[in-house]
Amino acid sequence: MKADAKGVLTGAHYLDGDHACAEGALAAGCRFFAGYPITPSTEVAERIASRFPLVGGLFVQMEDELASMAAILGASWAGKKSMTVTSGPGFSLMMENIGLGAMTETPCVIVNVQRGGPSTGLPTLPGQQDMMQARWGSHGDYEIIAVVPNSPQECFDLTIEAFNLSEKYRVPVMVMMDECVGHMTERVDIPAASELEVYNRKLYDGPKDQYLPYKVENGNGQVPLMANAGDGYRFHITGLTHDERGYPAMNAEVQQQCVSRLMDKITGNAADICRYEEHRLKGAEVVVVTYGISSRVTMRAIELAQAKGLSVGMFRLITAWPFPEKRIKELAEKVKSLVMVELNMGQMVHELERCVAGRAKVFLSPHAGGWVHDPDDILKLIQEAAK
Amino acid sequence: MNEAAHPMESILRMDRMPHIWCPGCGIGTVVTAFAMALQQAGIPLDKIAVVSGIGCSGRVAGYIKLDSFHTTHGRAIPFATGLKLANPELTVVVISGDGDLIAIGGNHFIHAARRNVDIKVFCINNFNYAMTGGQLGPTTPEPAITTTSPYGAFENPFNLPFLAEGSGAVYVARWTALHIRRLTKSMTEALLKKGFSFVEIIAPCPTLYSRRNRLGDGLDELRHYHDKSVIKHGADTRELDISYRDKIVMGKFVDRERPTFVEALDKRFTEVFGKKYEPYGKVAT
Repeated sequence: MKADAKGVLTGAHYLDGDHACAEGALAAGCRFFAGYPITPSTEVAERIASRFPLVGGLFVQMEDELASMAAILGASWAGKKSMTVTSGPGFSLMMENIGLGAMTETPCVIVNVQRGGPSTGLPTLPGQQDMMQARWGSHGDYEIIAVVPNSPQECFDLTIEAFNLSEKYRVPVMVMMDECVGHMTERVDIPAASELEVYNRKLYDGPKDQYLPYKVENGNGQVPLMANAGDGYRFHITGLTHDERGYPAMNAEVQQQCVSRLMDKITGNAADICRYEEHRLKGAEVVVVTYGISSRVTMRAIELAQAKGLSVGMFRLITAWPFPEKRIKELAEKVKSLVMVELNMGQMVHELERCVAGRAKVFLSPHAGGWVHDPDDILKLIQEAAK
Repeated sequence: MNEAAHPMESILRMDRMPHIWCPGCGIGTVVTAFAMALQQAGIPLDKIAVVSGIGCSGRVAGYIKLDSFHTTHGRAIPFATGLKLANPELTVVVISGDGDLIAIGGNHFIHAARRNVDIKVFCINNFNYAMTGGQLGPTTPEPAITTTSPYGAFENPFNLPFLAEGSGAVYVARWTALHIRRLTKSMTEALLKKGFSFVEIIAPCPTLYSRRNRLGDGLDELRHYHDKSVIKHGADTRELDISYRDKIVMGKFVDRERPTFVEALDKRFTEVFGKKYEPYGKVAT
C-alpha cells in the first residue's frame, strides 16, 4: 500500500544520514519511537522528537537502551510501527530484548549508527564493528535482517525498506549505519507519498476463538498472521519456547520446530530479502566486496586500479544479513580473488570466506576504525589480489 | 458440565491448568484477587493487557485469558510502557515479582513512576527469588536464610511503598495474600485509577523461603500475616520497612492526582502548537 502522506516530507533536501533515517521512518509509517541518547545516533532521535507531535507519533526517551528495546516491542504489539536508534554500547544493552523480538516474531526496527569499539571506544568516529553482533548478538539460534546504507539517500530508502521487511517477515530489522554515513550531508530526494510503497503486517481476521498466534498458513512464507493487543483475540506471547497456541512447551520437539521456523522464514526467503549492487563485475578478475562508508572509499581505489589497467569490480552489500550467499558463490566460480574492505579487523570477511569456500582467494583490508581506509591501501591489496 | 465450571473460567486459561505454583504459594491467591478485581472494575476484557517478567510471579501472564505477555527478566515495565503509550485505550497491568520488578527492573520501576505512565503494577513480594531455588532478593529481610545468604541476609531491603511514593506513583497500597477482600478492592481501585498505580502483595513461599527459615507451611505463614499485620491507611511510607518476622503495616498509603505522561505531553504540545496539534491521548479520554 502507499505511504501515509502525513509523515512524508516530499521534496529535495540537504540532509545528513541521521536525519534522512528519521525521515525514512516517518515515511514508512513509524509512529512509535523509544530511545536513549548516544553519539553518533542522537540526531535521529532528535529529529523524530521534533517531527512526531504533528504527525500523530509518540516519542518517549527511556531510561536506558534495555527499556527502549522492550518498549518498542510492547508498542509493536499495540499495532504501531516502532523503532529505536543507538550505537555500539546501547546496541549491546539491547541484545536480550532483540532476542525476545526474534522469538516472539515482533516487527521492529533498530538503527545502529556504528562507532569505533570495543567498549566506549570512539564515540564520535566511525566503525563497522557491530556487523557480527547484529547477526549473533543475542543468545540462542535465530535470524535477523540487517541493511547497510552508504549514503544519506540510502539511509532514507533503506529505513523504509527495513520497516517493510520487519512487517512482512515479523522480525527485528537492523539498519547498520556508520558514523560517516550518519553525519555526512548530501542531497536526499523524498518522493511523494503516492510513490512510496509501504508494507503493513498481515493481520488475522478469522474467528476469535480459533486464533493460533504461531500457526503458519500455507503460502505466507513461514510467517504467522499477527493480531494486535486490544483487538479481542486475547492471545498469549512468551519468550519461552512455544507451540502454535503461543503456550510454553518445554521439550526438544517443539524447540526444534520453533527455532527452525524462526530461521527458515529468513533464510528461505533470502532471494526476496537480499539486495546488493554490482559495479563493473563483467569479466573482472578481482572483486572488492564492501559496504557502508567503506564502499565509497573503495570506489576511489577501484578508479585508481582501473587506471592501472587492473580488471577489478565492486560488489556492495546492501543487505548484510541474510548474506547474499548464492550470488557470492556464483562470483567465486568466476573470479581470481575477492577482497573484503570493512571498517573492522575482519567480520563480514568470515562470511565471505565461508561462501567462497576455497573457490577463489580471499583478501581482507582490515581497519580498527576511527577513520576510513586510505584508498591507496585498498589499491595495494587489489594489486596483490590480481597477481 | 455447567455446574462444574470454575467461576473464573472467563478470565483464566483453563487449557493451561494445572498451574506450576507450589501448594501453599501465595501467587494463586493474588491471581484470584486480580480476576475478581477485573470483574469489579468492569473494564471490557478485550481492552486489558497483562505483562509479566520472569520468575514464579512472572508466570501469571500465562494463565490469564487476556492479551498477555511474558517478557524478559526485569523488562515488564518498559514493555508495558510501550504497549500503553502506543495504544492509550488499553488498560495495561504488570504483575511480577519483587526480584523482577525491583532488582533487575528497579530502574524501570522508578522511571515509569516518575513519568506517571498510566500502568498498574502489582508486585508479589515473597522475599526471595523462588523460580531459581530461593536466593537473596532486594526485599529479603535481615537475617533471613536464602541459598545465597546461607549465613543470613545482611543487606538493607527496599521498602517498596516508600520507593513507589518517592518515585511518583499516584496510588500505593500493600496487602498480604491473606487479605483477599481488601487486596481485591485495592486492585480494583488501581485498575480504575489514572496513572502509575502500585500494589505490593506479601505472599508466602513455603517451598523455599519458609522452609529454609523453618517458618512452617503456607498456612503457618498466613497465620503469621494474621497475627502480625496492622492496617494503617495513609501511613507515612518512610515507616513501612518489613523487618524479619515483625509486624507488617498494610493499607492504602497514597491516592493522589498527577498528570499522566500522555496528559502532560498533550498539555505541552497544545501550548506549543495550538490547534495544529491533535491530542495524542484523545482516544483514552
